Amino acid sequence: MELFTPELIKSILVMLGATLGFLLPSAAVVVYAERRVAAFIQNRVGPNRVGPFGLLQPFADVLKLIMKEDVTPTQGNRMLHTLAPLVPVVTALMTVAVIPFGDGLVVANLNVGVLYLLAVASLSVYGVTMAGWASNSKYSLLGGLRSAAQMVSYELPMGMAVASVALLASSLSVVDVVNAQAMWWFIFLNPIGAVIFIVASFAEANRTPFDLVEAEQELVGGFHTEYSSMKFGMFFLAEYMHVVIASMLISTFFFGGYHLPFAPLWLPELSPFLKGVLDIHVFLAKTVFWIFVFIWVRWTIPRFKFDQLMRLGWSRLLPLSIVNFMVIAIVLYLIG
Amino acid sequence: MFELYFPILLLLGLAVVLALALMLLSRYLGPHRPNKPKLMPYESGMDPYGQAKDRYSVSFFLVAVEFIVFDLEVVFIYPWAVTYRDLGPESFWSMMVFITILLLGLIYTLKKGTLDWDSKPQTASAAQK
Repeated sequence: MELFTPELIKSILVMLGATLGFLLPSAAVVVYAERRVAAFIQNRVGPNRVGPFGLLQPFADVLKLIMKEDVTPTQGNRMLHTLAPLVPVVTALMTVAVIPFGDGLVVANLNVGVLYLLAVASLSVYGVTMAGWASNSKYSLLGGLRSAAQMVSYELPMGMAVASVALLASSLSVVDVVNAQAMWWFIFLNPIGAVIFIVASFAEANRTPFDLVEAEQELVGGFHTEYSSMKFGMFFLAEYMHVVIASMLISTFFFGGYHLPFAPLWLPELSPFLKGVLDIHVFLAKTVFWIFVFIWVRWTIPRFKFDQLMRLGWSRLLPLSIVNFMVIAIVLYLIG
Repeated sequence: MFELYFPILLLLGLAVVLALALMLLSRYLGPHRPNKPKLMPYESGMDPYGQAKDRYSVSFFLVAVEFIVFDLEVVFIYPWAVTYRDLGPESFWSMMVFITILLLGLIYTLKKGTLDWDSKPQTASAAQK
């Protein structure tokens, strides 16, 4: 069996591009973007000292975090405390495997890609829960418990919304889902599913208005109260990588992935290279738009209370997503 | 099969190496001067009392149980969602009945107040009234 086939070399190149070239740097850029947008919304200046327009600020921050002392509380569980920050970073990097950046530009076109995404994304709850448990601090434990409850609650409406996408595409391959949207994006066919998916993505990424996990007024730092140095930095990095990934998933599932709106009607035939470049830019433009929405919401909408959060998840979003799924299934069945 | 999943295995390796490298970097570059107060769990500057693993609300447990029930049902729905157009009316209507029962079960648990977080805890004296 030939191991290094051209396909494998291509998927390795896409993998390196997606992780080292895109996802890791994007986290740094999003941290900078968040601080600048927050400053703009609050009528401040924001970081502008390090480098031109403060562009080097994230690198200065990472350098500072690396040079800080790494403290492990003595009464905590040392092994879990060290393993916990690895989990969200690894799961965040793993999700890019099945997301197509362009026509054929995907690390692995799995026929169960959608299930793979849900499975890997739901693993990140382990990192947060382990961190809360291993720190042996009351704030950390409460933060970890809240996070586990919140993330599993919003995984159900998210799963049902994605199931309605699978209905429309009649495939679980992410590449097929994107190709089914060449003409009609699923936001037009399944608007309720899109809204549910977007809301659940905010909750899964632990972003405002769902950031009770680290509600600083009541829980200090939440699950990462006892973390310092780069271990804290890893949680921070993972949070922003999850924002980027949530934006990529929203674009992929509901906003046509790398397709321009109604592209088959007006887009002329392009050479494969030109088409690839165009695909990547269209996809990244959509992703950047959704990252901006994530930041915009954070600095505009206040945080929920925990009971409101659970009520929204269980008694509004979940029944709505199930009914939405049934309606789409019935309509598709009737029109054959 | 192996060719399809081999890139994912490589990606897992890359992700673990990257994450470990970032974490070990700070362990070797950062200072290391532990002392007793620094290693205590944070509790607003006071000496912590008791263990952190204290009693907590039973609602967290109920949410976990409900999640397992509904998550299994959602996973059950996926293969059907992809193939139901080839399976004929029998499969379609049995799934509709199944989802309706699921929805009724959800409404029942909500009406029972399993997921009410703001309700007062049931004490013995309150139950007698």
